[in-house]
Amino acid sequence: MENLVLQALSGLASASSLFLVASGLTVIFGVSRVVNFAHGSFYMLGAYLAYTFVTQLPRGHLGFWGGVLGAALLVGLIGLVVEVLLLRRIYRAPELFQLLATFGVVLIVQELTQMVWGAQDLLGPRAPGLRGSTEVFGLRFPLYELFLIGVGPVVLGLLLLLFHRTRWGTLVRAATQDREMVGALGVNQRMLFTSVFFLGSLLAGLGGALQLPRESVNLHMDLSIITEAFVVVVVGGLGSLTGAALAALLIGELHAFGILIVPKITLVLVFLVMALVLVVRPHGLLGKPEVAARGGQGSAEPMIGPAPAALRWLALAVLALAVVVPPFLGDYAISVLTELATAVLFAASLHLIMGPGGMASFGHAAYFGLGAYGAALAAQWLGAPMLAGLALAPVAAGVFGLVFGYFCVRLSGVYAAMLTLAFAQIAWSVAFQWVEVTGGDNGILGVWPDAWAAPKLVFYYLALALCIGATLLLRRVVHAPFGYALRAQRDSALRAEAIGIDAFRTRWLGFALAAAAAGIAGGLFAYGKGSVFPTFMGIPRSVDALLMVLLGGVQTLSGPIIGALAFTGLQEQLVRLTDLWRLILGVVIVALVLFFPQGLAGAVRARWEARHGDA
Amino acid sequence: MATLEVQGLEKNFGGVRAVQDVSFAVGPGEMLALIGPNGAGKSTCFNMLNGQLKPDAGSVRLLGQDITGLAPRQVWRLGVGRTFQITATFGSMTVLENVQMALLSHHRRLGGLWRPVAGMEAAPARALLERLGMADQAGRPCGILAYGDLKRVELAIALANEPKLLLMDEPTAGMAPQERVSLMALTAQIARESGIAVLFTEHDMDVVFGHANRILVLDRGRLIAEGAPAAVRADPRVREVYLGSGAVTGAH
Amino acid sequence: MLQVTGLSAYYGRAHILDDVALEVGAGEVVVLLGRNGAGKSTTMKAIMGLVPPAAGSVRFAGTEIAGREPFEIARLGLGYVPEERRIFTGLSVMENLDVGRRPATAGLRPWTPERLFALFPSLGAMQDRPGGRMSGGEQQMLTIARTLMGNPRLILLDEPSEGLAPVVIERMAEAIRALKAEGLSILLSEQNLHFAQLVSDRATIIEKGRIRWSGSIAALLEADEVREQYLSV
Repeated sequence: MENLVLQALSGLASASSLFLVASGLTVIFGVSRVVNFAHGSFYMLGAYLAYTFVTQLPRGHLGFWGGVLGAALLVGLIGLVVEVLLLRRIYRAPELFQLLATFGVVLIVQELTQMVWGAQDLLGPRAPGLRGSTEVFGLRFPLYELFLIGVGPVVLGLLLLLFHRTRWGTLVRAATQDREMVGALGVNQRMLFTSVFFLGSLLAGLGGALQLPRESVNLHMDLSIITEAFVVVVVGGLGSLTGAALAALLIGELHAFGILIVPKITLVLVFLVMALVLVVRPHGLLGKPEVAARGGQGSAEPMIGPAPAALRWLALAVLALAVVVPPFLGDYAISVLTELATAVLFAASLHLIMGPGGMASFGHAAYFGLGAYGAALAAQWLGAPMLAGLALAPVAAGVFGLVFGYFCVRLSGVYAAMLTLAFAQIAWSVAFQWVEVTGGDNGILGVWPDAWAAPKLVFYYLALALCIGATLLLRRVVHAPFGYALRAQRDSALRAEAIGIDAFRTRWLGFALAAAAAGIAGGLFAYGKGSVFPTFMGIPRSVDALLMVLLGGVQTLSGPIIGALAFTGLQEQLVRLTDLWRLILGVVIVALVLFFPQGLAGAVRARWEARHGDA
Repeated sequence: MATLEVQGLEKNFGGVRAVQDVSFAVGPGEMLALIGPNGAGKSTCFNMLNGQLKPDAGSVRLLGQDITGLAPRQVWRLGVGRTFQITATFGSMTVLENVQMALLSHHRRLGGLWRPVAGMEAAPARALLERLGMADQAGRPCGILAYGDLKRVELAIALANEPKLLLMDEPTAGMAPQERVSLMALTAQIARESGIAVLFTEHDMDVVFGHANRILVLDRGRLIAEGAPAAVRADPRVREVYLGSGAVTGAH
Repeated sequence: MLQVTGLSAYYGRAHILDDVALEVGAGEVVVLLGRNGAGKSTTMKAIMGLVPPAAGSVRFAGTEIAGREPFEIARLGLGYVPEERRIFTGLSVMENLDVGRRPATAGLRPWTPERLFALFPSLGAMQDRPGGRMSGGEQQMLTIARTLMGNPRLILLDEPSEGLAPVVIERMAEAIRALKAEGLSILLSEQNLHFAQLVSDRATIIEKGRIRWSGSIAALLEADEVREQYLSV
C-alpha cells in the first residue's frame, strides 16, 4: 500500500516533466503543423546547458535556478534559430518531409553535443533547498519530486491563460486553423510562428534542465524523451494542451505502476495503451478531427504510367551490369551489392504504402526486422534450413503487418505515422528486452546460409533474384486492379466508397503486402550478415527507408529504387570515411528537404519535362 | 412502386435537430429537387440516403427493400449512384480509368493482382463516356480537367452500375450558366430513357425551376412545402424563408 | 484608389492571369464578372499577395504593393474577404472579430463590434458562439465583419453570394450598399449578375485570365452580345 502511494507520487512527478516537453511539442504542432522530431534534442540540450551553467555559476539558489532558467531561455533561442533557418522554409512541404528534416536536426545536434560535452554521462548537483525529503502520508518522499509535481499544473495554467486571455493567444489559435487568412488580416504570421517556436522550445529546454537533479545527463535523452512525448501528444490529441496534460498523467502513472507489474515491458505497455486510445478515439483523447490545413495544398497526385523507353533501357543495362560484373569483384564489394539489393526491395515495399497507398509509415523497419527475426529464430530454435527461413520471413512480417496494419490504416497523416512508429517501437523493445528468446542487445548470431549458398557470389545471385523479382511483382500489382483500388482510395476515399470500394480493406491488405515484401528483404539481410540485432527494427532504420523513398521521390515507381541505390551507396561511403557520418547525414537530409522537395527522381523528371515541354 | 421511399427520417447532432420527420418518395424517371436555406439539413438528409450517415429514426427503402443504415458501398451495390457537391474523382487516373474503376468494382474484379487494368472494361467505359459526350477526353487525367467536365465524369461514374436512383448534391455548383442547363438536360434525358429516379439539391433557381418535376423545400430540418414548381414558387412561406423577392434570382 | 495594370500570374506552369488591368475609384463598387475558373479569385489573391504576381503593377492609394507580403498589404488598408468564408471555426464570433482588429484609418469612421452588429444584426445575437456552429449565411456575414474590423479603405469581396439562399443574398446586397454609403471602395467578384447589378457601379469581365470588357453596369445591361458571349445569360 505504502509502496503504491510512493509509486503514484513519483508517477506524478514524471508526468509533470513529461508534460513540459509534450506541451511544447503540441503547441508547436498546433500552429505550424510540423511534428518536430528535434524537440527531444532541445530537451537534451536543456539538460546539458543547465549542467554547464549550474556547475560554472556560483553555488546557491541564484546559481542553480538562474542556470536552469538560463538554459531554458538559451534553448528557446536555439529553437528560434532553427525555425528561422529551416522550418520556416518547409511549412508547405509534405508532413513526412518535415518529420525527416527535423530528424536531420536530431542527428546534427547529437553529433555536436557529443563534440562539446563528450560521450560520458554527466551528473548534476541537486537543487538547493530541495535536497532532502519530506513526510507524505507518513512516508518519506523527495522534496524535489514534490516540487516537480507542482510545476506541471502551474505551467498548464499559465499556458491556458496565455492562449485564451491574450490577443497573442487568440491570434495563435486562429493561425492554427488558417495561417494564410490570418496573414491576409494584417497579422505578421512569421513573427507569430517564430514566437510560438521560441515558447515551445523553451518549454522543452526547461523540461530538460529540471531533470538535472533527477537523473544523469546523456546522449540518449533525445530519442527516449521524444518517443514518449510523441505518445503523450498523440494520446492527448495533437494541438490540445489539456489533452497533453491528461495523457502525461496517464503515461506517467502507467510507467510508475507498470514497473511494479511487468517490469520488463513497460514500453510495450505504454505503446499498447496508445494504440488502444487511438483505435477508440482516432484523434486522441481531446483532439479534433484534422481540418484540411490551409495554405499548403499540393498539386494533384501525378499519374502512374508505363516507364519511358529510355528508363527501361537504363534499368536493363543496370541489371545486366549487376549480373555480369560481380564475379570479378571481391567479397566485400559483393556483400555491399547484396545489401543494395535488399535495400531496393525494402524501399520499394515502403513506397507501395506511401505512394499508391497514400499512407504514412514511420516504422517500416518493424517488418524488415520481423522478417529478419522470423528467419533467424527459425534457424536458431527450429534448426530450419535457409530456404525455409527465407519462406518464413515474409509470412512472419506479413502476419504482423496484418495485425499492426489493422490499427494503423484506420488513421491518417501524423497520427498514422505515430502509430506505425509506436508499433515498431513495440517490436523493437520486445526484441531488446526478451533476452531469453531474442538474445536482447546481443542479437542472434550464426544465421548463415546453407552450404550451397554459402559462397558470397551464390548468395548474392539468390538475393538479387528474389529482390528484383519481388520488386517487379510489386510494380505489377500497382498496375493491376488492386493497385488502382489503392490509388483510388488515396485520391478520394469518398468516391471510392461511393463506387463500392472498401477503403479500409484495401489499405489494410496493401499494408500487409508491403510488410511481407519488407520481410523478404529482412530475411535476406539476416542471412547476408549472418546475424540479427534489435537495431534492425530501430527508428534509424525506418528513417533510412523513408530517406530512400523520399530521396528518390514518391511520385514515380523508379524513385524508390534510385533512392535506395543512392542512399545505401552514400551511407556506405560515409561510414567508411568519417566518424562524423551522423553530422554529415543530418546535413544531407536537411539539404535534401530544402533543395529537392520532390526527391531526386522528381527533380530529374521536372528538368526533363522543362526541357522537353509538357507531356 | 416508388424507386425511393423515405419515411420519418430524423437526425440529431449533439442536441441540434438537423433533420426531423422527413418523408417523401421518388418514382422512375422523375426529377425531384430538394431546396432550402443553408443549414436546413439538405446535406444531412442526402448523406442518410446513401449511407454516409446513419439516421436516428425513420426508414429508407429502395424498390421496397430496406436500406436504412447500410454503408455507402453497400447502398451503391444495390443501385444508387451519387455525385458530390465538390466533385470527387480519382485525380491520378484518366477519365477512362475513372469509369473503368466503377465498372470493375461493379463486376467485383478489383482484387486482381496480376492483369493490368489497361485492357479491362475499356469498351463499356468508352461507351458510357460516349453517351455523356466525353469520349474525346477519355485519355486526359482527371486532375487537370475543367470543372464542368469533371461533373460529367462523375455522372458517368455514377451511371456505371446501371443505377435505379441517382443522388446529386448540387450538381451544377460552380458551373457556367450554359453548362448548367446542358448538364441538367442530359441528366433528365438519361433519367427518362433509363427510368432512373433523380433526387438533387441545388442553389441555382434556374436549374431547379427549369428541370425539376417536383420540388421539396426544407427549412430547419423540416419539410415546409412540396409540390410542382409553380406551386412552390408561389408559396408565401417558401418566399419568406428562402426565395425572397426574386431580385437576385432573376425571377421577378 | 486601386489600380492594377499588366498583372500576370502562373499556377505551376499554367498561365492563369494574363495582362489583367482594372481600376477601382474612391467610394466605388466595381464587380469582376466571369465564370468559374475564369480568374476572378486569382485576381483577388494576386492583388492581396496571396498568389505571387509574376509581372505587372498593383498600386493601392499611391503605393506599389505588387510583390509585398499579404500582412503588409492588409496593413495599408486593403481588406480581403475570401470565397468559402474561411472563418476561424474554433473561435467565437467576438474572437474572430478580434483577430481582424487594426487601428482606425484616417477619414473613415472606425469599426467597432457594436457598429458591426448594427450592420449584421444576426451576429450580435451570437457573440460567444463558435464560428463552426453558424449557418453559411451567418458565416459569410462574419467574414465581412472580421475584415471590416481592420478598418480597410477598400475591400476585395470574393463571391459573397456563392451557395447562399436568395433571401440571404438580398440581405447581403443591402449590407454592401450600406458599406458603400460609408465611403468604402469595393472590388466584388461574382457570377450572379442579378446580384451584381443591384450593388455595383461598374463591371469588368474576365475570361480565361484576360480582361474582355469593362464598362458601367448600365452599359453591360445594354450589351446583350457581351453578356451572351462571356456570361452566357
